[in-house]
Order: sequence, then C-alpha cells, then structure tokens
Amino acid sequence: MAQDYNKQNTYDVIVIGAGHAGCEAALAAARMGAETAIFSINLDSVANMPCNPNIGGTAKGHLVREIDALGGEMGKCADKTLIQSRMLNTAKGPAVFSLRAQIDRRSYQREMKHTLELQESLDLIQAEIIEILTKDNKIIGVRSHLGTVYKTKAVILTTGTYLNARIIIGDVVHSGGPDGLLPANRLSESLKELGFELMRFKTGTPARINRRSIDFSKMEVQQGDNPIIPFSFEHETIDREQVPCYLTYTTEQTHRIIRENLHRSPLYGGAIEGIGARYCPSIEDKIVRFADKERHQVFVEPMGLDTEEYYLQGFSTSMPEDVQIEMIRSLPGLENARVMRYAYAIEYDCINPYDLKLSLEYKNIEGLFTAGQINGSSGYEEAAAQGLIAGINAVLKIKDKQPLILDRSEAYIGVLIDDLVTKGTDEPYRMMTSRAEYRLHLRQDNADVRLTPKGYKIGLIKEDRYEKFLMKQKSISKEIERLKSKTVPPSEKVNNFLKKYESSQIGTGIKLYDLLKRPEITYEALKEIDSEIPDLPRSFAEQVSVSIKYEGYIAKQLQQITHFKKMEQKMIPEDIDYNQIPGLRIEARQKLSRQRPSSVGQASRISGVSPADISVLLIYLSAKWKRGGKQ
Amino acid sequence: MDGLLSDTIGAISTAVGNAGISIIRLSGPEAFSVAAKIFRGKGNFYEYPSHTIHYGKIIDPDKNDVIDEVLISKMAAPRTYTCEDTVEINCHGGYVTASRILDLLYRNGIRPAEPGEFTKRAFLNGRVDLTQAEAVMDLIGSRTEKSSKVAVSQLEGRLSDRINKLRHQLVEMLASIEVNLDYPEYDFEEVTADNCIQNISLVYNELKNLIEGFQYGKILREGMEVAIIGKPNAGKSSLLNRLSGKNRAIVTEIPGTTRDILEEYVNILGMPIKLIDTAGLRATENEVEKIGVSKAIEVMDSSDLILFILDADSGFEQEDADILEKIEKYHEKTIYVVNKTDKKDEDKLNEIKERIPEVLEISVLEDSGINILEKEIYQYVNKSNFDTDNQLLVTNARHKKHLQQTLADLEKALDGIKAGMTMDVVSIDIKSAAENLGYITGHQVSEEIVTNIFERFCIGK
Repeated sequence: MAQDYNKQNTYDVIVIGAGHAGCEAALAAARMGAETAIFSINLDSVANMPCNPNIGGTAKGHLVREIDALGGEMGKCADKTLIQSRMLNTAKGPAVFSLRAQIDRRSYQREMKHTLELQESLDLIQAEIIEILTKDNKIIGVRSHLGTVYKTKAVILTTGTYLNARIIIGDVVHSGGPDGLLPANRLSESLKELGFELMRFKTGTPARINRRSIDFSKMEVQQGDNPIIPFSFEHETIDREQVPCYLTYTTEQTHRIIRENLHRSPLYGGAIEGIGARYCPSIEDKIVRFADKERHQVFVEPMGLDTEEYYLQGFSTSMPEDVQIEMIRSLPGLENARVMRYAYAIEYDCINPYDLKLSLEYKNIEGLFTAGQINGSSGYEEAAAQGLIAGINAVLKIKDKQPLILDRSEAYIGVLIDDLVTKGTDEPYRMMTSRAEYRLHLRQDNADVRLTPKGYKIGLIKEDRYEKFLMKQKSISKEIERLKSKTVPPSEKVNNFLKKYESSQIGTGIKLYDLLKRPEITYEALKEIDSEIPDLPRSFAEQVSVSIKYEGYIAKQLQQITHFKKMEQKMIPEDIDYNQIPGLRIEARQKLSRQRPSSVGQASRISGVSPADISVLLIYLSAKWKRGGKQ
Repeated sequence: MDGLLSDTIGAISTAVGNAGISIIRLSGPEAFSVAAKIFRGKGNFYEYPSHTIHYGKIIDPDKNDVIDEVLISKMAAPRTYTCEDTVEINCHGGYVTASRILDLLYRNGIRPAEPGEFTKRAFLNGRVDLTQAEAVMDLIGSRTEKSSKVAVSQLEGRLSDRINKLRHQLVEMLASIEVNLDYPEYDFEEVTADNCIQNISLVYNELKNLIEGFQYGKILREGMEVAIIGKPNAGKSSLLNRLSGKNRAIVTEIPGTTRDILEEYVNILGMPIKLIDTAGLRATENEVEKIGVSKAIEVMDSSDLILFILDADSGFEQEDADILEKIEKYHEKTIYVVNKTDKKDEDKLNEIKERIPEVLEISVLEDSGINILEKEIYQYVNKSNFDTDNQLLVTNARHKKHLQQTLADLEKALDGIKAGMTMDVVSIDIKSAAENLGYITGHQVSEEIVTNIFERFCIGK
C-alpha cells in the first residue's frame, strides 16, 4: 500500500485512543501491512491500567489466550511484566481454569508503548482527535484539536472512558478523564452528527494506599503459583520472583460508617446518572443490597515493583474523601492507612453497540470501527479483544476482503462481540464463562487450536510460529493414539499404583487411555507405571489430558456446535426488507429492521424476536432461495 | 401474499372413520376460486357473505358429474383459523366420498396439506403459539370429555407454567454454580455436591411424575389399549361384541398385516378404550396362526391392560396353563375373567379358581358381571390416582420426548457429581436439561423443532 508519506498525514488506518483496545487495533493493522497511525491525548498514558493492576481472571484469562492465539500483543506484554501469577479454579474443571496475573503497571505501559514505537508502518502521535470526517457515508479522515486533517480510509474509535468524562468524588464533580488525565470533550459531538446513539455509563475505582502505612501482619497472604503458567503460547515458562497479595475484610465498623454516610454518596444522592454494572458494585452498594452479609473481602494488591502504591480491590466507592479515609481505616491492617489516590466514580459517553455489525464496523459509515469501552464493555481484556478484531477487520475492509467474524462456538471473543452487537447492553459488559454456551470447547488450553490457523491465514501469525503450532498438534495426537493403544497388565505394580490413588483395582489388562479417564488418575501420575510417556511440555500434556478425560462431554459440545452452526450459516441477504415478509409480527419487523442481523442464528438471539418469527423468516428465506435457484 | 404462503392447501379435516360426515378444508388465496369452480348452489359463490354456510352440490366440471350433496362454508381472511381465506365442505359418508372430492380439488390446483399444515399456518400467521398449536391437535384428537379438559388446560398454558417453574429451578441452581466458577476469588457459598444432588432430585422427581402422567394422558387421548386374550372359543369375541355393542363408537378392522387382530373403540364410563381381540393363543404348526400368535404376544406387551378370558365350561386346561405362563410377567396389568358362568359347572369353575383365586365371574350370554368388569377396567385406569381435574397431564409425544431427554440429562448430571466430575462439566448437563424444558414451551429456537412438531400433527386442524 504505497502512500504519499511526505507530510505524515495520510494513512490507511487511524486508531483514536491508545488504551488496550487501541494498542491491539493499531498493532494488528500495521502488522497486516496497513499504514497506520494511533493517537493519544497523552503518550505517557499508553496502555494505562487506571483501575486494577491485573490482567486475566475467569473468562478474561480466556480472552487473553485467544488474543495471543490470533497474534495479538496483550498476553506477551503481560508475561513480560507480571509480578504474580495464579491459575484460578483449578479444582473446578478445565473449562474454567483461568489465568490471572498481577502486573507491574508502569512496566506494562512502557513495554507496550515501546512495542508500538518499534512497529513498522505504525506512527504513535500525541494529539486529541475532535472530529471524524466522512463523505457519502464513507470515512475520509480525522481532524485534531490543532486543526490538522489526517486522511485515512478507516478509523477505529477506542476512546475508553474519555468521552465527556466526569469524575465524581462525594459531592465534588468535575470534568476529567481516568487517573487524572484530560477528558475528550469534543469528539462526542462529532459522533452524534454521524448518527450514533450515545449512552452514559459509569464505572469506578478504589483508593490507592502507601505500603509504608499498611500492617500486612493482620491480613491473609496470597502467594503466586509455582511454576508460572504464561499467557502467551509463544512462552513455555517464566522464571521470575513473585510478590504476594493480601486479603482483609470489612468490619462492623466499616458497615456502620457507610450506612451513616449514605446520604453523602452521590450514588444514593442522585448525582450519578450513568448506569453502573451489577457485577462491579461499589462497597456502599454491597452494604445496602446485601445487608445480611457480615463482611466483604478486600484484596490488597501491589501496583508494581518500583512503587509503594497498593490497590484495594473490592472497595470502590464514590464517597467523599473524609468518609473514605474513615472507611479505609476501619479495615484490619489499614488502621493507619495513608491514602495516595482517593477512589472515584467516572461517567462517560459510549455508543450503543446495536449500531455495529459483527465486524465492529458502524452500520451507517463505511470504514468506521469502534472497540473497547466505547462499545459498552468493561475490562482491559474485553477491550483488547475487540481492538484486535476491529484492527483486523479495518484492514480486511480496505483490502476489500470478507471480515473476520468469530462465532459463539469458536471463541470467547465471538461470544463477547455477538452479545454486545446482537443483544446490546445496558450496563458495562463483563465477560463471564457462563455467557459461553460451549464453554468446555472454549478452553484456555486449546485457544491455539481454535484460533491460530485463523491468525495465520490473516497474516498475524508468522510462519515459524505456525510451524511450531502444527508440530505441537502432531505430538499431542500422537500421544493420544499411543495411550489408546497401550495396555497395562493387572500386575502387582499397577494395582499398587491404583491403590495409591484410591482407584479401583483391575483384574484384566486396561488401556492407559481408560485409566486416564478416571478422575483420580492424572496424566502426570501415569509416568509411575508407564516408562514410555514422552517428556512433553506442560501445555502439550494439558491438552492430552483434558481431551481424554473430558472426551464424552467435549463430544457432546461439538455435537451441539454442529447444530448451532447450521443456523449461523443461514445468511440473511443484506438488502432484505422485513416489511415485505408476511406473517412477521410488528415488533419483530421493527427489531430486525433496526438490527439487520447477518444470519438467522443471530436473528434468533435478538430479544423481541420469537420462535414463530424465526420460522416465518426461515420459510421466507427458503422460498426466496428456491426462487433464486430457478432463475 | 408474496411467495411465503402463496399456495392453497386442502385436506380432510375430520379423523378417518370418525363419523358419518367428513369435512374437507381449503385454506389459501385460491380457496374461493376453486370452490366456486366445483360448487353448484343457489346464487354465486363469490357473492356469499363471509362466515356463512350454503347448501349445494359438488360437481366434477370436466365430466359434469355430481359427486355429493354438501354444505359449504365460506370464511374470508383474516378471521379464520389459519388467518387465510378458508372453505369448508361438509360432505356425506365416510372416506370414499371425501376422497373423491379431495381428488377433484387436487386436480384443480389445490395442494395436499402436509400433516399439521393448517395449524402451522395458524402458527405462522400469529394465531396461536407453540404449545397452543400442539394442544389444538390433542383437542381434535381427544375422544371424550375428560381428554378435552386436559387439552383445554394445556391450551391455557398450565403445562407451560409448570415446565417453566421447573426450568426456573434449574436455571437458579445453574446460577449458583456459575457464580462460583466465574468469581472464584470471592467467598460465595459453594454449591456442595449434596446440595446439588438434592436440588436435581427434586426436579427429577417432578418430571418423572409428569412423564408417568403421559401414559395416562395418552390413554385419555388415544384410548387405553386393552388386549383380550384366551384360548380359542373362550368367549373373547362375544365379550368384545358385548362391550362394543353397548358402547359402540368406532369400528376399525385393520386389514392386511394384523388380519388376526380386531380393534374396536368403546367408551367405558366416559373412558375411551381400544379393545384388541387377539388370535387364540395356542401352540400351532399352522403358519398363518403362528403369525397371529406372535402378534398376540406383541399386543400383550404394548397394551395397557390385559383381559385373560377363561372358560367355565371347559375348566382349566393345558392351553390355559400355557397362557398363564406367558402372561405371568404382565400380572400387574392383567384382569382375570372367567366367562360362561351360566353353565353352572361348579367343579370346572373351582378348578379355575384353584389356579387363579382372584378371577372375575361373568356370563356374556346372561349379561351378568359385565358392569363389574367395566368398573374394574375403569378403576384400573384410575388407580394411579390421577385427578384429571387438577393434575396436569403430558399428552403430547414431543413434550414427552423432551421431558425424557431432560431426565436423561439430569441423570447424567447426578452421575457426574457422584463420579467426582468438576462443576464446569456437571453444569453442561444441567444446562442441557434446562434447554430441553425450554424446547417444550418454545423458549428456544431450532429449525427442527418447528418441522418436527408439525410433522407429528395429524392432518387437518
């Protein structure tokens, strides 16, 4: 893509905002060969984590794995900068094993910014973009606060919580972005002019405390796992010193302070109009809504290695400063706490994701994509996942190729985007494993199997990594075959082994494969009776073990997926006129006309569209296909 | 209408063999023009007001033959069952006349309706919802008052309510499992295995009740199947004639394959009963009879109740002993009857009573004991204590199928928990159970579901 590059103001793709969505979008676009620019109001805030200093967790860890499997950056950057790592849910099954890491916030930023700086075809520019320029409903450029016009074919909006942001602490309300940064107050107007329906969402973050004032002896210690399991499939091991996190609890006194000061909370006083998330309530919310609960957990987490700031997870609030300090000091270990940053709530503009296609392109303007919190999601990982997809699809768009759309059976990313676009959201959307219908298939261990071939196809996975991936799959299936064919005798040795693991004795020979199916026998343990078990890397062994142990359940899910795909593959023509379909109820007509789903499957998930409507649609389409066939 | 429901369908909408009058229904845009073509009555068919009935003749316009005298009703869209232009032709007699008229219609551009297609159109045109559509079929199929009550309550959504409640229970349980999977770092109360087993069992048992009700529901809808067995000449046929002679409803002699089995519908104390007269059960070398005997065994297996007829005239013979051996495993569903007690041969009767103490004495000839037998049959049906006025019954085979799948899912979930499987996979089965319940009330969509339901529907409404 040759460009007139003399003036540094003509690009293929422009990304607005350099948070987690923006960074992935820009890197993906540039790596796919597009001349790309990424803008940030302040370059020192690239890839900032204005809230919790961690990456991953349930479902979010899955997203990071998927981003990595497709060729994104978040997992690699997290691996380089994590200071504690844990695999959550290890007792609850392979579908919900979830990686979660504490991140050195500053290192992460530095690392990501440097990656952007080193990337070919990518310019990182400090400027506030205040206007999106279009012609005939197509993107032609953007304008900065200095008046400069940058020409482009595609724009990706990744504005996070910056649009018309307001900070609320008690009765003090001021215009301001997260972490004391400047808000973006002028772009919203431009979005409205482009036809976007803007919504007002709210989120918040707890206080940061200086370590010197914390008495950790009164708290529970939470250590990281050893060995560390990396996020990225490119890393097999991470050898690093880890730091602990701590856990304390709210007390009766905390609850009393909150109750007595409820009238001073803007949430209850009515100063906040934005819609907050049910799953991420402020501490005052928790106290009011779960009045029976005697205590709530508060996690005390380090913000990094070269800082003394600690983050109070579970204690977000928008109480005034004086109440906050009183509340904090009622927590065991924090009696003498010195607050460095007070908790605040933040309100911001976001768009209604209903207005997007599954490719994350805005339905009304060709070449305009949005990703991250502007789409009504919450979380760094959710943002990054959308950013990656938007970046990929912006490039595919200008290359005139079909967009990359992951469906609900292929990835959490697919579930995330389909949920947002098809169902919309009335609160900041957080990914959860229970949102995924095919959870046992969408595991974190097999994200590479699901997505790396796709990443390779679009050019984000390089040849050597793809080769390695193929080798890995080969040795995994080889080992599964070996376990299927090898029988162990009912010898004393084998039966002693079984006794040791409280597993029932055998009287005749048994396949290793069948032994491994027993819940109490691990793949690791089989080494005691089988000297031929190859020395596979951990991630290989995990896939061998999970695919055998859960074979029946996995097969069932795959069957469900086949069924699901049938409806997903029934495409609805873009020019369909729902008003011309007899038999559709009026509500369904309106919803379908507004939403314009791309497949019958997607249509069936729109609220207000009934099974009867879907069968009408199916009959209409099949009649149309039949007629088409005759022509 | 543009291409979607653009053709006109027709079918006989009364059950085959049901009555002296058959109704043929047409639905679709061509219903009026085709009717006008073959109907000759007073005035012009096109000018008849909607929702009126007219007397006239059906004529084959090609041959100018009169096929039948009929009453024809004209109903214009949208106030019809299918929301389309509809014509109903009430013709005489049974199947033969109706088929001739139907033939004529088909030759004039009417397409034969697929099973359940009228209701499918009603459903697609937004007239009825899914459970209602199914209940309509049961209503049409129901043969007595009691079964229509069940069908009506289903129409009103009682089944949906019940199923939804159970579904909700499962969804609630899932939520408490899921919260622990999605928020492991928080100290929510863990759903213990015991707790889970307990909750699943509750739902499981209720579903089991519903399924058991299906058998009863099926009896109400299709009639209880009662097999009459016994050695030749024990009086099986005369008993059948006696029961049906008094209460005769429908006679269907099923030809061909079941030449040795005669079925008759009778109405016993308001209960529809399908009486099946089997071939005499005895060891035989005769090939034809052999088939009859193996059929009889099949019938015993599938019937809801067996009447074993003995003969007070001949006493307890080897043949009776053979039958007794064969039906031993069906003891629970057998009523033992001794016929011909009018012969007053006490020795022979005692011979039988010795072998079978609880035998019901009747005489078809003298008409004695028949009322008691009828009561016994009735009570057998009711012994499961089903109160049809309050108990909700599953009468639809598709519902039953999904209920059974739900049960299987719940069983798998229980097995999984007991085998120490992790909650992430156990929840797959619970979720699948909830989905299966959702299929009943139409809470989920799959392409097959709609097709399946309507295929299952018998022709007509």
